[in-house]
Amino acid sequence: MRAADALMEALKAEGVEVVFGLPGGANLPTYDALYDAGIRHILVRHEAGGGHAAEGYAKATGRVGVALGTSGPGATNLVTPICDAMMDSVPTVFVTGQVRTELIGTDGFQEADIGGITMPIVKHSFMVQDPREIPQAVHEAFHLARSGRPGPVLVDIPQDLSRADIEYEPATDITLPGYQPTTEGNQKQIRLAAKALANARRPVIYGGGGIVNGDAAGEFTELCLSDRFPVTLTVMGLGAFPAPHEQWLGMLGMHGTRAANYAMDEADLICAVGARFDDRITGKLSEFAPRAKFIHIDVDPAEISKNVPAHIPIVGDAKNILPRLLAEYRALGAEPSRLEDWWGRIEHWRRQYPLGYEDSKDSEIKPQYMIEALYEATGGDAIVTSDVGQHQMWTAQYFHFNRPRRWINSGGLGTMGFGLPAAMGAQIGCPDQLVCCVAGDGSVQMNAQELATCAEHGIPIKVFIMNNGYLGMVRQWQELFWDRRYSQVEMGQHPDFVKLAEAYGARGMRLEDKGTLVEGMQEAIAADGPVVVDVRVTREENTYPMIPAGQAARDMVG
Amino acid sequence: MGEPGTKEVLSLEELDAVSGHRTGRKHVLSILVENKPGVLTRIAGLFARRGFNIDTLAVGPTDDEAVSRVTLTVDGAKHPIDQVTKQLHKLVNVLKIRDLEPDESVARELALFKIACDGGTRGEVMQIAGIFRGHVVDVGRRSIVVEVTGTDEKIEAFEALVRPFGLVEMVRTGEIAISRGRGET
Repeated sequence: MRAADALMEALKAEGVEVVFGLPGGANLPTYDALYDAGIRHILVRHEAGGGHAAEGYAKATGRVGVALGTSGPGATNLVTPICDAMMDSVPTVFVTGQVRTELIGTDGFQEADIGGITMPIVKHSFMVQDPREIPQAVHEAFHLARSGRPGPVLVDIPQDLSRADIEYEPATDITLPGYQPTTEGNQKQIRLAAKALANARRPVIYGGGGIVNGDAAGEFTELCLSDRFPVTLTVMGLGAFPAPHEQWLGMLGMHGTRAANYAMDEADLICAVGARFDDRITGKLSEFAPRAKFIHIDVDPAEISKNVPAHIPIVGDAKNILPRLLAEYRALGAEPSRLEDWWGRIEHWRRQYPLGYEDSKDSEIKPQYMIEALYEATGGDAIVTSDVGQHQMWTAQYFHFNRPRRWINSGGLGTMGFGLPAAMGAQIGCPDQLVCCVAGDGSVQMNAQELATCAEHGIPIKVFIMNNGYLGMVRQWQELFWDRRYSQVEMGQHPDFVKLAEAYGARGMRLEDKGTLVEGMQEAIAADGPVVVDVRVTREENTYPMIPAGQAARDMVG
Repeated sequence: MGEPGTKEVLSLEELDAVSGHRTGRKHVLSILVENKPGVLTRIAGLFARRGFNIDTLAVGPTDDEAVSRVTLTVDGAKHPIDQVTKQLHKLVNVLKIRDLEPDESVARELALFKIACDGGTRGEVMQIAGIFRGHVVDVGRRSIVVEVTGTDEKIEAFEALVRPFGLVEMVRTGEIAISRGRGET
């Protein structure tokens, strides 16, 4: 059969139901094969939208997201989603067309060395050189994307090779001699970790996106609740532990709660699960958790002791390790009362520094209230995506995620323009759920073209733009650290988002009054099809609390 | 730690961090890789991206044509070697990495020296080459080319001795190494 048809068969054998993409010259054979392959294709308006949609799909469903692009600019437009997927460990496969083999290296029309360009930002890549390699490359790509620490895999196929005639046999067994992720976790180390937890007087359990990726939220929560362990999560981990719980300290890191950050600062033992001690968590590394010993559970051995030296490293899948850690811990019969003083200290921080803001005295909508209103309007029952900036942090703080895969954001790369296409992908993956995107008025414009895709396919995402007319987070930094010299952060009130939505075939709404905000949001949610809601909020509000970049938890402001 | 209230007492103070240290010495990493296009780029790119420096690099075939060997040296004073090797292990085409201990392996490098000399100095240069068990591989009226094989210390010692005669140029292969004894490297 034609190699492009074999590509489709391989995708279907991997369980692919939907792909996001845009055709061009070099992937014409792929699109010809797609024509009647029985795989749903969402025609995006920009390949970056397709890439982020694949990420949103993957994050919401746990399945591998797939994006297609042509050679040259089609492929380079995928670079940001690929990097984003690498930073946040999102299982994704990107299939790009390449110019004909005879043109490779000649600076041919729409030629780009996408393999070379993406080499530092992929988990692995396949530059196909023989058409017979195509099915195997696809199967290996999926295996790599979803196993171990998930991530993006690129398959680059020259146009002429996808037209060649090959035999297709579905792969039955994938063996990659250089790739054998450790999944089990060392039992002796697990026992030692249990002992450390049982002997700690000031422990904190700190979880990250790996718990969500590893579908281990249930096991994680069970471990946390097996004793009165204080729990905090990174922005990537939100939902892995139910937010409205007395053991929940709030989010950790730069815009996390004081209770969470101070607890890390004074902890004697920190148990990190699926988290990588990013600089947004540690702040100034030399002053991070100076009294603590570290248990570090991660599927990626290279994360162990990369930033913070681990005392008890455990390499493997959290889903395998946590139940065994729990069993070992229970067997030790630790006395919960040993944590009483510690909880006293934490309660003191909670009382003294609750998360909060000063509400407006009039009808003005405070951005924090906007998120509270969204929580109320949805009953908390929604998948929420975001872009990057103030609105992202406020959503993380005020939308109390209580289940995994409900909060989808770009945490590592911090990609503006992620939220809207990610919502689109999440909605395709979860058609029966409400999917909302909280966007900034700046970032939403970076992929607003996908509203056309949503309108065309009737993808009913609800986009709530937190509109303050600024690149708000940059403005905040300029206010706090650059002497209020607002350099190129004012966006004005352009475009008119209501008209923009309508031009794309979506519904547009504008909400400006605190008193009717929840009601207005409910109206948007109840409407059929995609809706864009332009929510006008306080222009110069800051995201607090905050650990200024490069400083320590103790230096928190606001 | 005080009274912990558990069956098995452990003082957290006893726990030591297990890795992430700098060793302060040169490391020779012997890496078996799948012989696939782009493998060297991936390795070089990884070093560049993570801010690690490669001091020397030598690549060649092995007895298995599907596998190549990369031998590279890294300064363990500048970089945590365990982090370097763990990142290398994440490359799918990397099959095996061995951090060769100096006293359990043999390392060699080949160097070619082009040294300025005339009738008056040629004899002396050849005498030095002899002491180093070097071979004269080219002789001209105004220069001589000497091949020297050995450890990097030996090559550097030879370089220091011939430099005063006028070192026109020098080419070094970078170290290759193999483990001592019957076992595979």
